[in-house]
Parts: sequence; C-alpha cells; structure tokens
Amino acid sequence: MLQGRSVAASLRKGAPVFAALGDETRLRIVARLSSDGPLSIARITDGEAVTRQAITKHLNVLSSAGLVHGVRRGRERLWELKPAPLDDARRYLDLVSARWDRALARLKVLVED
Amino acid sequence: MTTTTNPASETDRIEKRITLRAAPSRVWQAISSSREFGTWFEAEFREEFAPGATVHGRITHKGFEHLTMELQIERMEPERLFSFRWHPFAIEPDVDYSAESTTLVEIRLEPAQGGTELIVSESGFDRIPASRRAKAFEMNAKGWAEQLRNIERHVAGA
Repeated sequence: MLQGRSVAASLRKGAPVFAALGDETRLRIVARLSSDGPLSIARITDGEAVTRQAITKHLNVLSSAGLVHGVRRGRERLWELKPAPLDDARRYLDLVSARWDRALARLKVLVED
Repeated sequence: MTTTTNPASETDRIEKRITLRAAPSRVWQAISSSREFGTWFEAEFREEFAPGATVHGRITHKGFEHLTMELQIERMEPERLFSFRWHPFAIEPDVDYSAESTTLVEIRLEPAQGGTELIVSESGFDRIPASRRAKAFEMNAKGWAEQLRNIERHVAGA
C-alpha cells in the first residue's frame, strides 16, 4: 500500500531487525526479556540448550540491531530490551500508519467488490 | 496510498490518501453504516453511528477480542466527511483511558476519476502520554513475535 520507494526504505531500515529476530534462540531471548525484564547472561543461558558463549553472540546480534542493550547493575551486567525506540514518537506514527494501511486495504476490498 | 505529515508538528498528525474504484455513495455507506464500518475497522458495533453519539464496538482483530473500542462520533456529512474521536491503541483492559486525550480521526471523501478519493487524517498524537506510546510498541512487538512464531510453526509443519 505504500509507494515503492518508501516500502524499500522501510524494509531496508527494518532488515537488521528482521534478521536478528529470524532465529529461534534470539526470538526466545527477546520474548524472555520482554516478559521477565532485565536478565544476566547466566539467567538467559539457564533454560537454553546452548552455551553461554553462543548466548553472548546472539545478544551481540540483537544489540547491533538496536533491540537490546547491556546495563551495569552493581557487579552484574544485565541485558534488557532497548527502550529508546519505544520513546520515539516518529515510530509510534509508523505503527498508526501501518494500522491505517491495513484498515484502508480492507475498506478497498469491501467497496470495490 | 501516500502518507504525509504536517510540517508544523511532525509527530502530531498523520494523513493517508487512497483512490477507491467505487462511487462516493458506496464508500459513504461503508463508512457511515456501523455494521459495514466494523468489517474493515475490525470491530462489531451494536449501535448505529450518529453525530454526537458515543458508540462501542467489540474488537474482532485476532488476539484482542476481549477488548471494546469507544468512538465519539463528531460529524457526519453524507459523502463528504465522517469524524470521530477515540483513544488509539487502548489495548490494556485494566486501564481507564477516559482522562487521557483522544485523537481526532477525519475521513473525507472527494469524487475522483473512476471513483472516490478518500483522505483520512488522525491528529492529536502529541498529547498522548509517552507511556501509552511505549505500550503500543510493546504490544506491537509482541504481535510481531507471535507472528514469527506462527510462521515458524507453519514452516515446520507442526
């Protein structure tokens, strides 16, 4: 529904995020950080069938995509979902925009049928 | 479809345009009849729309069926303008949104070559609390995570 160029631009912008989430382990990490809040690598590794080194690599991929970041709490380093994009009003409008795109696509089908 | 933003405040307003291959009378019916409106806006309304009326619709979007949306209808000018106020992304069942600012949705129709030009604008986002915006992101992210899990299940043939 978007024009070709803006579709390409938004896909390019989103590509690292999609790539980062296109992995079962990383998706699980994101889901856990979303439901349980900031966690240490030890806690994240707990429950996973892979090594701590592998989890570290996954966290680095998620971090490069801007999805998570590490914060120091006392002697511990905790990983949490990155709040920055959540505060971005521009991105909020992207959500609103996408919702209208879907609604108007349904309206189009309804009236042109 | 195109998206434009008001240069005065880039984050307060959104506008979309779409050309529909249907007469303005047909498009007006799809907007002004609460039953038809609900089919594309994903909610079931029991009340009819009328200027000044507050109507409630049970959300039919998968995963959000336990929620109700409330629209405060403002103007209804046949085949020209339909406007209402609502709380965008009011998706937390335990939150009382009534004290928060609403956004204004205006749907305008203009006759166009071979059909109808529909222009929808939604404004007032700058007055939506930051915490509400954050919640919308979170719900959206969870929606995405769920979609990805569905895809994963689908391709795995489970």
